[in-house]
Amino acid sequence: MNKASSILLFTVLAALAVALGYAVIFLPEQAEGLATAVSDQMGNSGVDHSVTAVLLNFRGYDTLLEMAVLLLALIGVWSLAPQSRAETISIPPASPVLLALFRLLIPLMILVAGYLLWVGAHAPGGAFQAGAVLAAAGVLALLCGKRLEGRLAGWPLRFGLVLGTAMFVAVAAAVMVGGAHLLQYPLEWAGGLILLIEAAATFSIGVTLMALFFGVRPITDQRP
Amino acid sequence: MKESWLFAFDLMLVSTLLWLAWRALATPDLFKGIVLFIAFGLVLALVWVRLDAPDVALAEAAIGAGLTGALLLTTLAKLGAKSREHERE
Repeated sequence: MNKASSILLFTVLAALAVALGYAVIFLPEQAEGLATAVSDQMGNSGVDHSVTAVLLNFRGYDTLLEMAVLLLALIGVWSLAPQSRAETISIPPASPVLLALFRLLIPLMILVAGYLLWVGAHAPGGAFQAGAVLAAAGVLALLCGKRLEGRLAGWPLRFGLVLGTAMFVAVAAAVMVGGAHLLQYPLEWAGGLILLIEAAATFSIGVTLMALFFGVRPITDQRP
Repeated sequence: MKESWLFAFDLMLVSTLLWLAWRALATPDLFKGIVLFIAFGLVLALVWVRLDAPDVALAEAAIGAGLTGALLLTTLAKLGAKSREHERE
């Protein structure tokens, strides 16, 4: 980067920082926002944590679309990077230390992901965080040279990828059969349905992020 | 007394965040830039905790710092492999 462009970048960023600072300073002192509206309706959400209630119940549609966006991102990456037998990145054989750490960390990370998923109902946590931890475990496995077996890389992998979105859409559609609106969970089932969606979403987010890290479509047994 | 310590901590967080952001953008070495970006994400997670948003902090640490960093590093590795191939050809 030459001097002129770096000065220009600094000026633009400084102006942006001043504008943001101005906006923050002139925020209303006591903004009501939607916090009271959310806490009034918490009894109808099926969970005890307001963030999870908003993400999975009150604004469930947004989360559904987020899951679809994640899936679309992977489809985009896969269509740009053709399936190839050659490894795009050659990873040196994993050291014994890394492999030992891998064996220790994988069960712990799966446990943490499960905990984050479960705790999301009444404290900070939830599907995206749990899925990210699961994906981190997957990335560690890829770095240790582990690869999906050919027979798992075909439809079982694709099933894992779409499971979260499919479960979300299935629940959204199923409640409509009972006469409710899209994603309007019956009160007595809300907690269970949210956990079901989140569990499926966690798994899919984990697999999707891991596949994004891998970059190319994994090699399958079947010839296309 | 506690407030002033917390204020000093906040001030340190903000200045570290701004410095890391500036270094990540300005450094000519891409690898160094990615490492600085990961550090930036971790400090940003601390900032979210200080703003009483532990949910966002968790997401930032796991996705923003961890996975985005890993994705950027593989991208860099692939870019490196491609440019080396070009040099050979």
